[in-house]
Amino acid sequence: MLRYLGKRLLLMIPLLIGITLISFVVIHLAPGEPTDLQTELNPEASVELRDRLRAQYGLDRPIHVQYVDWLGRMAKLDFGRSFSGDHRPVLDKILERLPVTILINVLSITLILVVAIPVGILSALRRNSLFDRATTVLVFIGFAMPSFWLALLMMDYLGVRLGLFPIAGLRSLGHEYLSTFGQVKDYVAHLVMPVFVSAFGGLAGFSRYMRSNMLEVIRQDYILTARAKGLPERVVIWRHALRNALLPLITILGLSVPGLIGGSVIFETIFAIPGMGKLFYDGVMMRDYPLIMGVLVLGAMLTLVGNLLADIGYALADPRIRKS
Amino acid sequence: MNRTTVLAALFLLAVLGLGGCKERTAEVAMPEKDAPPAYGDTFIEASIAEPSNLLPILATDASSADINGLVYNGLVRYNKDLILEGELAESWEISPDNLTITFHLRKGVKWHDGTPFTSADVLFTYRLYVDPNTPTAYAEAYRQVEKAEAPDPYTFRVTYPKPYAPALGSWGMNILPKHLLEGKDITKSPLSRHPVGTGPYRFVEWKPGEKVVLEANENYFEGRPYIKRVVYRIVPDQSTQFMELRSGGLDFMELTPIQYRTQTDTTAFKRLFAKYRYLAFSYTYLGYNLERPLLQDRRVRQALSYAIDKQEIIEGVLLGLGQVATGPYKPDTWVYNANVKRYSHDPDRARRLLAEAGWKDTDGDGILDRDGVPFRFTIVTNQGNDLRVKSAEIIQRRLKEIGIEVKIRVVEWATFLKEFIHPGNFDACILGWRGGPEPDQYNIWHSSKIGPRQLNFIHYRNSEVDELLERGRRTFDRAERKKIYDRFQEILAEDQPYTFLYVAEALPAVSRRFRGIEPAPAGIFHNFIRWYVPAGEQKYAR
Repeated sequence: MLRYLGKRLLLMIPLLIGITLISFVVIHLAPGEPTDLQTELNPEASVELRDRLRAQYGLDRPIHVQYVDWLGRMAKLDFGRSFSGDHRPVLDKILERLPVTILINVLSITLILVVAIPVGILSALRRNSLFDRATTVLVFIGFAMPSFWLALLMMDYLGVRLGLFPIAGLRSLGHEYLSTFGQVKDYVAHLVMPVFVSAFGGLAGFSRYMRSNMLEVIRQDYILTARAKGLPERVVIWRHALRNALLPLITILGLSVPGLIGGSVIFETIFAIPGMGKLFYDGVMMRDYPLIMGVLVLGAMLTLVGNLLADIGYALADPRIRKS
Repeated sequence: MNRTTVLAALFLLAVLGLGGCKERTAEVAMPEKDAPPAYGDTFIEASIAEPSNLLPILATDASSADINGLVYNGLVRYNKDLILEGELAESWEISPDNLTITFHLRKGVKWHDGTPFTSADVLFTYRLYVDPNTPTAYAEAYRQVEKAEAPDPYTFRVTYPKPYAPALGSWGMNILPKHLLEGKDITKSPLSRHPVGTGPYRFVEWKPGEKVVLEANENYFEGRPYIKRVVYRIVPDQSTQFMELRSGGLDFMELTPIQYRTQTDTTAFKRLFAKYRYLAFSYTYLGYNLERPLLQDRRVRQALSYAIDKQEIIEGVLLGLGQVATGPYKPDTWVYNANVKRYSHDPDRARRLLAEAGWKDTDGDGILDRDGVPFRFTIVTNQGNDLRVKSAEIIQRRLKEIGIEVKIRVVEWATFLKEFIHPGNFDACILGWRGGPEPDQYNIWHSSKIGPRQLNFIHYRNSEVDELLERGRRTFDRAERKKIYDRFQEILAEDQPYTFLYVAEALPAVSRRFRGIEPAPAGIFHNFIRWYVPAGEQKYAR
């Protein structure tokens, strides 16, 4: 197992370098530069100014020199400074935004699992029942409904008209004057709608997935055997079938890890949540190369780690993989 | 699908979108007009984007400029009627040869940390702007300066090699504190996040992606502002801003035309918010590439202007919330010339002009042609500005009526500039310019600004315009300047290098509990420190 792990870890290094190289080149291929925001179509800015700014950012050097330079700094875990107006260290900007995105994503994945797994199982066990049909309808709505639209509907009804939840942001004004309990309550109120919206689409996918896994498993011979042995239905389903039906979910969970930092631009924008998705989107729009690369490297690392964790999870769950 | 499923689906739809709830609004009495001013309360404004940098020299975005405008001062500023007046400068003199400006600074002004403000700060700020190591987009106006000096703590003098009329307005730039910035790398200064100025509001905190909080400067030299706190909430979506406004989470936002016209026309909204409208400092135009043979004939451009119904665009795109543009200046400023040639919608005249220029439909296919070449061209505009795309569509239809075929291309901004505008690879484009009270248009219309990446990308050349623009920059006397720019507008109106389309209106909505708002050509924020909330209506105690 340790050897397997070591091999996998070593393989990640060239992969990571390859990812950064491609990302670096692709970003620089996109038209426009970080200096454009300050100088393009700006009657105050001259052509000389633009050249001076380019030189200050090091953009006048050949791209391979810029890449090697960047890679050298990355090796020392120096993410550089943002090219956007504030010139702050990229790592600071990322660390500032990371916790809230991770929190919302973890909450929404938890919500998805807590709801989707039982719903999927029940739909499979009571195939074609009213419950199954109703969830099917819900699932299709979940798939089809754009999250921004759902978000706006919820804000309008639950926020503006009924006044049940705050509309946007993470904290109320005067949050700092509340008691600890009050602050927690305030956070929870602000998180309800964003977490629901970000979970809604996933809920659909996961419950469908769970349903089909379950349907497949309960058709297997060993389930038939278990039943034939006279085991109670509860044991057959919850001990024998569920364990195997859950296995493919590990892969999906592993793949959702990068989503933890990528966040979602749409719901972060709509709910005015200062998360990674929005940070990354703004970085791309401003051609803020160090920031884009910083987020991409983190994302790539998390994807690889996520894959690794999924594989380890598999290996733990299925002894055959360990042995091979 | 059986009946139960259909019913379930209908129920869900009803819950999610089709049900009708009454709008929940707090009951508030109509405000009394004469409630006396009181100190206190909080003004919450939405900002669509995170400010980039609270050191004004490094910031180019509107969000930063809004906040910096309250934290810092300039030597001069434009008053409510857009006339220059002193801010940190009490008065100024211009030498008879128009080369030297001497500013006499206010005494007793203090930075927010208590340090006295002197002319050394002004001199330092000037030097910072022209320092080649400062990555600022605002250096050009200060590069014109030949000599800057601070003979005593309350006098600041600048000398120009030749008279430069925009100079005075350029000293409206925010003055920075020398004692906190001298000898430091400006791009790494903590002041980027914690500004220290002389302005009416001092900085309190900045929660990234969330909000920036300012508090009234009790020792402000023009008197303590009535409103105690100003909060800029970062709400990146306009629909969300609008819902926050309706639910009371915001006191101010700029409405879109559709919000102004249809979504805020309820008694509930009117009871809580006052809506304002005034012309914004920007205009939208259809610019012609004058290098293209098709568009080189002035009669053709005039014909296009006659064929386009500007009023129809304003009605259709801005829902009537704007005015027809006749030139580069907005109609309520001193420099605007109301007597230039106008191009009201007149398709017959357009056809006649085109016929004069040799464009006739000889083969009967509905499209004008000359020497076997049909009259076809493409309008490019940038993605992300819906108003421009809609304008292009309306223009397309009108030009088709007189036998001109127009294609529309909508391109992402960076590509738009790099592939189309800068290399001159376009027939016509829809764009806008944002301006200000200073009328100098040298960088946009002078023939020396035709080079690569310069702003005269339509290649407009007119020696009289060149001469007028040069003279306009050298003339300080306003009446003299007015004559120069009047003629400049006449020539543009005759030449039609652009078909000037519209000047849109700014449409702010402000909570009714704020009083003392005086709409003027400069907008509503010119007297913000005199806004107040009567004691009985204050909403935020802290």
